[in-house]
Amino acid sequence: MIASLSIAQRRNGLAFALCLALLGLLMAAAAQHGPMVVHGAMALVLGIALTGALARAVYDPPPEAARASFYYDDPTRFGIAMTLIWAVVAMGVGVWVAALLYWPEATPAVPWTSFGRLRPVHTTGVIFGFGGNALIATSFYVLQRTSRARLADELSPWIVLLGFNLFCLWAVTGYLMGITQSKEYAEAEWYADLWLVVIWVVYFVLYIRTLARRAEPHIYVANWYYLAFILVVAILHIINNLALPVSFAGAKSVTIWSGVQDAMVQWWYGHNAVAFFLTAGFLGMLYYFLPVRSGRPIWSYRLSILSFWGITFFYIWVGSHHLHYTALPYWVQTLGMTFSIMLLVPSWASAGNAIATLNGAWHKVRDDATLRFMFVAAVFYGLSTFEGSFLAIRPVNSLSHYTDWTVGHVHSGTLGWVAMIVFGAIYTLVPQLSGRDQMAWPRAIEWHFWLAVTGTLVYVVSMWNAGITQGLMWRSYGPSGTLTYSFLQSLQAMAPYYLLRTIGGGMFLAGTLLCALNCSATARAATGEVAASDRPLLPMPVE
Amino acid sequence: MLRLHYNLEKLSTGLVLGIIIAASIGGFVEIAPLFTIGETVERPADLRPQTPLELAGREIYMREGCYACHSQMVRSLADEIDRYGPYSRAGESAFDHPMLWGSKRTGPDLARVGGKYTDAWHVAHLTNPRAVVPASIMPAYPWLSEPLDTSGLGPELATMRRLGVPYTDAMIADAERDAEAQSQPDSDGAAGVKERYSEKIVVRDFDGSVARVTEMDALVAYIQSLGQLTAIAHDQPPADGE
Repeated sequence: MIASLSIAQRRNGLAFALCLALLGLLMAAAAQHGPMVVHGAMALVLGIALTGALARAVYDPPPEAARASFYYDDPTRFGIAMTLIWAVVAMGVGVWVAALLYWPEATPAVPWTSFGRLRPVHTTGVIFGFGGNALIATSFYVLQRTSRARLADELSPWIVLLGFNLFCLWAVTGYLMGITQSKEYAEAEWYADLWLVVIWVVYFVLYIRTLARRAEPHIYVANWYYLAFILVVAILHIINNLALPVSFAGAKSVTIWSGVQDAMVQWWYGHNAVAFFLTAGFLGMLYYFLPVRSGRPIWSYRLSILSFWGITFFYIWVGSHHLHYTALPYWVQTLGMTFSIMLLVPSWASAGNAIATLNGAWHKVRDDATLRFMFVAAVFYGLSTFEGSFLAIRPVNSLSHYTDWTVGHVHSGTLGWVAMIVFGAIYTLVPQLSGRDQMAWPRAIEWHFWLAVTGTLVYVVSMWNAGITQGLMWRSYGPSGTLTYSFLQSLQAMAPYYLLRTIGGGMFLAGTLLCALNCSATARAATGEVAASDRPLLPMPVE
Repeated sequence: MLRLHYNLEKLSTGLVLGIIIAASIGGFVEIAPLFTIGETVERPADLRPQTPLELAGREIYMREGCYACHSQMVRSLADEIDRYGPYSRAGESAFDHPMLWGSKRTGPDLARVGGKYTDAWHVAHLTNPRAVVPASIMPAYPWLSEPLDTSGLGPELATMRRLGVPYTDAMIADAERDAEAQSQPDSDGAAGVKERYSEKIVVRDFDGSVARVTEMDALVAYIQSLGQLTAIAHDQPPADGE
């Protein structure tokens, strides 16, 4: 990592590391007690460790000048390692909280192992830790290949990756210690939110600077999606998290939004976290890795344009479908529902484009589990976007909302689409970044594939059953005009589905664990060779 | 059109601007009007802000992630009104920073739970849910018997006032004392809490031990206040039409 930095970058890095240590010290000193001290200490330790490592290497020999004629993949390697670590931890917590709904007393009643504190650890861990690291790591890789240019500098990718992971760590440890904004999927407290804004600006600037160096006249589709991910997530994050800290020496803040406006802002954010974090970025991943792995060009360029702008424009409108029949004005709900249905057009255009790309390569889908991961991802993307539009229809939503059907829908998107495309990308990337033809254990990919598919299906089908049962029991009236079931009866009916869901999640986790071990074995057997074709086009000097 | 895009994708700034514009319109159209429409900005005349003890309870409700399993939003559907009570109005959560409408009912809705059960039931239920409801899957919260930390309440009220919640100077100055007095009905400060907030607020020893103010006192006070901050949902008959 440090050996690839120039002497000037090492000095700058040293300055950044010192600033981080100082920031940590300041936070701890200002707060005096409570979780903010722990978070300050984390920043301090990371800052000191980085300072030490950089200080020791400042006067080591500078990197070879020839490095400019290679892509810079060290950050991608680190990002993939973090992706897998977060995947195992956060999916593990997911299985844990799933089990708690079946065995509520399985783990002792101490604050930090309580369901309500673990649940946001699971959601933040998978969305930001697993998904975010996967997006950042692959975006660096794809950006360089599709631009035929090396990353603009060697220092900022590390600031992005280390800073982002510090944000994730602050967030999840904060929940365990009891600090949260309680805004779903945006629970991290104010200083973590501010920190993420800084990191995100560095990320955006790096992206634009690298694009500016590209040797290809056109910016490839994958980069449009990665750009939309970076830009819109920034807008959503800043507006949804606007808050007044009660004191700059404490973690507690008060969100500036209240009541119905807060509900609308929250679900505008919440649903577009799905759109621009969990969809746009991963479509970027799909648009690069699917054609590369299948050896087929994207089926339709026009369809790519249609779906990109369709998704970017339509998605923003649909958040209000989370608030059907609530105190939100009726016309906003109707707009949300209408756009949710229109959204099916660009969504299916993307899914169809991906599947049509595989035409002529079906034998590869059959033989190659890695490509099959991507194919299944595209199928689940199509299915879950259809389900999403369907659930957004007001009368359907009256049954499904507040039930486990929503949970099932989310997981068909996250397990079936997001995680599968990540695994497809990882199994393509890791051998290549290790200078090998294939993964260390090729047969384990096949095992992972079937564990993941079976786990997802068991999970999703059990949650469909759970949700529809709940919804029907809640609204069921007897002949005398009274409600037929108590709430408790509907809860008791959930037990078999909650058990099945835990088993499905466990299978998915087992597959992920296998993937992590496989990747680590492959990385350990790395040869360090770089394919002759995998090099930037060196731009001519401009003088 | 295609030609235009052919040129656009050679320009990174063009793409950046295009994305920002395309992704801003929907949010602007849907969110901005909510700050002016009467239905969404009107505050019920009798809406009172939460007392410091209730606010402390709300913080505990958020800290423990209760909102992940309990909604506080009765939808305008017949079965929900029959099961939970009058449907929720926008004005009821006008002082909620943030709102806690929730998105999932692993447990029942709580928007109308205030006054539905006794304090003793809540204390027993929160300490060990299965002691009261054998089939419950709710976690137990034995650590709520810890003393309540009231030190941050004054500044928190002051911060909320800056955002428009009508806390008075006296409420802010006495926040910590009021938090304790609300759970000590025989103390000197008890009358002051009612005077500052409302005659209707509940001043009682919520957790069954007068000696000290616990997190349990705060959480139960909060739960008993749910749906009780304004009578708007009970007084007004449902509007005609939709």
